[in-house]
Amino acid sequence: MPEASNGNALLSVQNLQTWFEMRRWGFIRVGFVQAVDGVSFELKHGEAIAVVGESGCGKTTLARTILGLYPPTSGRITFEGREVKGSALRQYRANVGYVQQDPYGALPPFLPVQRILEEPLIIQGVRDPAERNHRVRKALEAVKMTPVDNFLSKFPHMLSGGQQQRVVLARAKILEPKLIVADEPVSMLDASVRVEILELLRELQRKSNLGVIYITHDLSTVRFFTERIMVMYGGKVVEEAPVKELLANPLHPYTRALLAAIPDPDPHNAEVQKEVPPGEPPSLLNPPPGCRFHPRCASLIAGRCDAKEPPIAEPAAPGHRTACWLYADGDA
Amino acid sequence: MEQVLRVEQLNLHFRTTRGPVQAVDRVSFDLPRGFTLAVIGESGCGKTSMARGVLRLLPRNVQTYTGSVFLNGTDVMRLDEDRFRREIRWVRMALVPQAAMNSLNPVLRVGDQVAEPLILHRRVSDKKQALERVREAFRLVGVPEDFTHRYAFELSGGMRQRVAIAMALVTRPELVVLDEPTSALDVLTQANLMNVLKRLKRDSEISFMLITHDIATSSELADRVAVMYAGQIVEIADARHFYPDPMHPYSKKLMASVPTLRQDKKLEFIPGQPPSLIQPPTGCRFKDRCASRNERCAEEPPLLETRDRKVRCWLYA
Ligand SMILES: Nc1ncnc2c1ncn2[C@@H]1O[C@H](COP(=O)(O)OP(=O)(O)OP(=O)(O)O)[C@@H](O)[C@H]1O
Ligand SMILES: Nc1ncnc2c1ncn2[C@@H]1O[C@H](COP(=O)(O)OP(=O)(O)OP(=O)(O)O)[C@@H](O)[C@H]1O
Ligand SMILES: [Mg+2]
Ligand SMILES: [Mg+2]
Repeated sequence: MPEASNGNALLSVQNLQTWFEMRRWGFIRVGFVQAVDGVSFELKHGEAIAVVGESGCGKTTLARTILGLYPPTSGRITFEGREVKGSALRQYRANVGYVQQDPYGALPPFLPVQRILEEPLIIQGVRDPAERNHRVRKALEAVKMTPVDNFLSKFPHMLSGGQQQRVVLARAKILEPKLIVADEPVSMLDASVRVEILELLRELQRKSNLGVIYITHDLSTVRFFTERIMVMYGGKVVEEAPVKELLANPLHPYTRALLAAIPDPDPHNAEVQKEVPPGEPPSLLNPPPGCRFHPRCASLIAGRCDAKEPPIAEPAAPGHRTACWLYADGDA
Repeated sequence: MEQVLRVEQLNLHFRTTRGPVQAVDRVSFDLPRGFTLAVIGESGCGKTSMARGVLRLLPRNVQTYTGSVFLNGTDVMRLDEDRFRREIRWVRMALVPQAAMNSLNPVLRVGDQVAEPLILHRRVSDKKQALERVREAFRLVGVPEDFTHRYAFELSGGMRQRVAIAMALVTRPELVVLDEPTSALDVLTQANLMNVLKRLKRDSEISFMLITHDIATSSELADRVAVMYAGQIVEIADARHFYPDPMHPYSKKLMASVPTLRQDKKLEFIPGQPPSLIQPPTGCRFKDRCASRNERCAEEPPLLETRDRKVRCWLYA
């Protein structure tokens, strides 16, 4: 959501759009998948922010655009005050680490841990093998894979899911980036390992003053991990707030539905039916007009929500913004 | 209470080059009619193997397969394979396998695919009757009836999973085993599917075994909970006793690692790793990771009866 740009932000994203062109038989343009459509936010040095939303709402596309892996269709990304594009891209990439979705596919199966971790160093031109070796060992220690010698020559399939995920983290951290984008870093793991990895990430973040963008569809882990949260729906951010504020006082009907759907382990759950919004997430090729959530929304205001995109309002607390007609004037 | 399923001393070991994997080790439990048993535990603890043992869906490399599986009082382990296949599996006990939604046949219309078990087991006399039963199953799980003509790729993940469940229901079995039915789905789709299963449970006499590592979700359906660790059941209790107060040290830790939305707590994790099932530790299998261990734990604890449940831990002797 738009926000006055503040000079000392680590990362600033303004009105970012990433659309994918869809063609039939390779040449007839069918339209655009509006995977990320007008996202703005800022991240300070050492701050962690979570991006949550259903499958297919554009989280990974947002991550990959921020990482410079997809060219934005429009909008700006600024890192430490410099716009990220053209020749600035190479240096920028050395400053951001990426933990990609799907830990099992993330590590090359035929390389031992040592080689996996050296790779980014070689690419960034660290020529001295002794220096590389030193940094590999340091990275493994940072993710608590000790004694390091037990792990250096292991291949990914010899490691547990949690250990694999730690190697992925070590690799994201090895160039000592200022920002890490972690896309569903724990969704494939058991509860206990999940906590272990998230605490590790949290510790790395605090120790090295890292900025972290934590992407997940699992809202229940967020409050243990970040200060701020953005809720995405159909390629857009529908609500943004400090985590505590959002959990205590969700404003957007979609956020409310998302929160209501998450169970806590409680035997009374079995006795009640959950209230779930009907229907399915929108097609991003032909998104609904107006608010993209309106076809599923119980608080729909006909003639408004289905006609015009809702403006951003800040009705409750400072820093708690939402894009919903319930909180805006009709003629806004 | 009438027990639909009674499992006694079930063992399932797999042969590997490094020695037998004791994936299911002396597992016993009961399941009354219309009840749901949730089987929870970390990845690799033997949940899927236990389901395979109950349904006798065995891989080639079985080393040991012993024990008893009583279905309505009959020990179906003693039936020969041919009879088991004709009368039991898919007919009276059905399975929704892990990742079922991704294993639907891409070249069959989903209606024809769901009809397959009926036709295979000659439960219906003709195709028309089969499709009627398919539509009945679709109604039960909330799939629109005209979806019978669609292909799997034309359906969302949530709808595909419902179709997979319909396929298990179509023969009207008494017992349905659901292996991680919602783990691959996001929260809203998950909540939707849980609503479907709850309704099904309320309106039918079907008994369910719900296998999952997602403890919060297990509470949506469970009447009784079995916690597995390293191939064994370490605690089995009624849901209303278990969730507020797990007793085995492993169950306690497991519960403490579940993030909650509505209550504040410090999240914990279990240090160390689950043991190898090839040469499992002697004595209590959890002892190396357990904060309350003592000398007694060198000896293997039995499933001890305590006030309201069974726990495999010397603390309750
Ligand atoms: N390279 C691409 N070309 C065309 N469409 C794409 C591409 N990548 C993603 N999409 C589409 O963009 C939308 C957003 O996808 P994205 O992967 O960003 O979602 P997500 O929120 O990460 O989902 P999940 O939780 O399942 O990982 C989806 O409709 C997807 O099909
Ligand atoms: N056919 C097999 N041969 C050898 N070992 C096997 C075989 N099938 C499973 N195992 C092993 O048995 C153990 C239990 O596996 P199982 O699939 O039952 O676990 P699970 O609890 O279902 O795990 P998950 O939550 O990951 O699905 C694991 O260590 C697994 O590697
Ligand atoms: Mg994604
Ligand atoms: Mg399994």
